Amino acid sequence: MTSAITATGLRKSFGSKVVLDGIDLEVGAGTTFSLLGPNGAGKTTTVQIMSTLVHADGGEVRVAGHDVTRNPRAVRAAIGVTGQFSAVDNLLTGEENLLLMADLNHLARAEGRQRTAALLDQFDLADAARKTVTTYSGGMKRRLDLAMTLIGDPRIIFLDEPTTGLDPGSRRMMWQTIRELVADGVTIFLTTQQLDEADELADRIAVLDHGKVVAVGTPDELKRSIPGAHVRLHFAGATGLDAAERALGGSFRRDDTLTLEVPSDGGAIAVRELLNRLGDTAAAVDDVSVHTPDLDDVFFALTGHPTTEATPGMENAR
Amino acid sequence: MTTMTLAVRDSATMTRRSLRHVLRYPVTLVVAVAVPVLVLLLFIGVFGALKAGLGAGSHVSYIDFVMPGIIVMTAGYGSSVTAQGVNRDSTEGIIGRFRTMAISPTSVLNGYVVSALVRTLVSAALVIGVAIGLGFRPTADAGRWLAVAGVTVLLVLAMTWLAVPFGLAAKTAEGLTGFILIVQLLPFISSAFVPPGEMSGSVRWFAAHEPFTPVINTLRGLLTGTPSGGTVLAAVAWCMGLALAGYLWARVLVRRDLNR
Repeated sequence: MTSAITATGLRKSFGSKVVLDGIDLEVGAGTTFSLLGPNGAGKTTTVQIMSTLVHADGGEVRVAGHDVTRNPRAVRAAIGVTGQFSAVDNLLTGEENLLLMADLNHLARAEGRQRTAALLDQFDLADAARKTVTTYSGGMKRRLDLAMTLIGDPRIIFLDEPTTGLDPGSRRMMWQTIRELVADGVTIFLTTQQLDEADELADRIAVLDHGKVVAVGTPDELKRSIPGAHVRLHFAGATGLDAAERALGGSFRRDDTLTLEVPSDGGAIAVRELLNRLGDTAAAVDDVSVHTPDLDDVFFALTGHPTTEATPGMENAR
Repeated sequence: MTTMTLAVRDSATMTRRSLRHVLRYPVTLVVAVAVPVLVLLLFIGVFGALKAGLGAGSHVSYIDFVMPGIIVMTAGYGSSVTAQGVNRDSTEGIIGRFRTMAISPTSVLNGYVVSALVRTLVSAALVIGVAIGLGFRPTADAGRWLAVAGVTVLLVLAMTWLAVPFGLAAKTAEGLTGFILIVQLLPFISSAFVPPGEMSGSVRWFAAHEPFTPVINTLRGLLTGTPSGGTVLAAVAWCMGLALAGYLWARVLVRRDLNR
């Protein structure tokens, strides 16, 4: 797997406040990587360093094979950035905004017009194309913002909390767009504080808390990595339940539902081993299900606080 | 394409963007003409009859005397509009977007400056037109008018290159109040409306030495034929110095970390 983005020992402080305390990340080309964390964890700063907007105090970042400090222009040519606040020209129309981006991407005039029309259609903005952006809703502005990022056909896209504040419909549309981009081979670096979003979209997730990466892996690996995962065995009758309880020490019996909960990482090998331990009793099991904690549990276990805990101010100060 | 032609192309794109803002909201231009005209009306209404401060034996009518100051005020007002526009782009985040794109960082700045130059020169021409309607009678010939245009361009460049970094540095629109007050008030404490010789104490010293005074005296000399003495050199030096300082400051701001 080739890497689209690598960060090693990334450090950044603003004054005495340490925002990034030596983080390492690796993002494979053509994958979706999600940086998950609460407000103030350092997500936006990470994106700003990777997109050449802010200089790191230490460490090395390579994007599309180029060092962000030594060759920012080559990095900029490869990336597109959509931040959590729409960076659009409110005094122009949606169409003019896209044509402006086409010009700045040095597209030929005809190609710029063609791509603009296609993106207006794709993002459901064709009807509002000739209206100034001041008349747009928040969701429309965000869609325009992403369309402006896409006009230059970037191979690596940074999305900094792209769905924060969006209504459910716009949010699903954004997700769909992200999936289509990845299907086209684009690398997505997504920050979010919404666990379901990371779960839904990301191939790999890094959990960022107080400037440190506290866990990294696929959504499933993360869910299995913490205690609380278990295999639930359902029995047709109490006889089977009794026998299974004797065979499997340390399990939790529920008579009301005729189930036995056995702590396990929930992986296939563990489940097979567990059924082997049951021996003949396995025949009495009429249902097996694996229960893994959701990312909320993971987040709580890793950081000691739920994602809803917000430390406002830091990340919003731009 | 070479880096140079790309920079020119990007600068032209950014200039078109800013000029489009002016065309979309022409009221900006109307106000930019109306404010100096109102000040002109105020001064010729209040002081026009007196001619007191002009010194004995002056053949210059008061409207001819104050017009250079009004031109400077037009440039000052224009630069405050520029600073507000730059600040809006900076706080709304589009400058951040431009900075993640493979375009020359200074092309963003060039766009502001070129469009501000066009906008301010248009409003200055309109203000002069209105003033001629009100009785302004410059004696300049074609060559001197060309010189007037040259000095005005220099002045607007200086004011704009100052406005850009102020607009970039201010974290909110309110943070610009100081800059706007200074560029709009400084012309009043200069040779614009009353010769500094008529003023007293430290105000007199200040009015005689502030940057607008040599510019106003130069314009007055060119427009009305009064001797402007050694002020041409001082005017050019002030404008070039301020423009260079603003340009260097803006370059630093546009390359440093994004506003936090």
